[in-house]
Amino acid sequence: MEKKDTQWPLWEIFIQANPGIPHKHVGSLHAPDAELAIQNARDVYTRRNEGISIWVVEAKNIRASSPEDIGSFFEPANDKVYRHPTFYKVPDGVKYL
Amino acid sequence: MEIHKALFEYCLRLADSSLILGQRLGEWCGHGPILEEDIALTNISLDFVGHATALLQYAAKVEGKGRTEDDLAYHRSEREFKNVLLVEQPNGDYAKTIARQFLFDTFQYYYYQALQESKDETLAALAQKSFKEITYHLRHSSQWVLRLGDGTAESHERIQNAINDLWMFTGDLFDMDEVDALLIKEGIAADPGQVKQKWNDHVAELFKKATLQMPAPTYMQRGSREGKHTEHLGYLLAEMQYLPRTFPDAKW
Repeated sequence: MEKKDTQWPLWEIFIQANPGIPHKHVGSLHAPDAELAIQNARDVYTRRNEGISIWVVEAKNIRASSPEDIGSFFEPANDKVYRHPTFYKVPDGVKYL
Repeated sequence: MEIHKALFEYCLRLADSSLILGQRLGEWCGHGPILEEDIALTNISLDFVGHATALLQYAAKVEGKGRTEDDLAYHRSEREFKNVLLVEQPNGDYAKTIARQFLFDTFQYYYYQALQESKDETLAALAQKSFKEITYHLRHSSQWVLRLGDGTAESHERIQNAINDLWMFTGDLFDMDEVDALLIKEGIAADPGQVKQKWNDHVAELFKKATLQMPAPTYMQRGSREGKHTEHLGYLLAEMQYLPRTFPDAKW
């Protein structure tokens, strides 16, 4: 049987909480287009002062790595301590590092 | 007419329009056409109830008889409500709710823009505070009028019919009586006459973009300033006031 999805497209929502920090993924919602996705995101995700900026991306435009890639992508980093910046002292007052 | 009596009456009019529209939008809770719009409409509903609360508090203070905002909201009868006729019209389908919302939001946008200049400091401050919310409401309803008007043949027909049905209640928005005249003279009230042209221009412009027709001039229903309402308000009040009237000491 053919599966029909009559819902509006899915949008992924990113909210910036304060100036200078990255937009963070907060969830998703349905909307017919980008403008209404922003309006819906405002109502669903920022009613309690959570943000100052909203990005919306239609979910179909996101490419993701596959679970099968975990081994070849991420494990080689495990045994290379010199790639981790643990040998520095972070100066006081540096935020969001 | 004494100024403080006129001011009380004026606050009730502003408050009641927000309260009744808030109640109407609240009826969508759990029934929205899609989850996101359900949240948007009830969110907007709460904005209106918030405006109404602040205005009724001020009305009660101006009246000076010890009534509270809850007394005014729950213990006045239909003829004592002074909301404009447009906002008490039933929700109908989503197109009708959006058409009603857009026609009222546009009015409230220009009216509260003017009210921010009021010589009454409390009203000016309340208008300023509400204006950001109203700006968002107008954006929301405008975007939907555009999409329904310029959407499918069915959505176009539904929103056009809704606009045609509601048009006869738009004249009432701009009516004036001695309360308005006195308070405009005192620099307290905003002048609906000055808002009318802006309202008309904005509505005409958006309808054009949405491929919708401005309805032809028609007979306008009037009477909200005297508390004369359409038959729909009584039912709305019965539901809204049921609990505090049946259980007067109920707390929640």
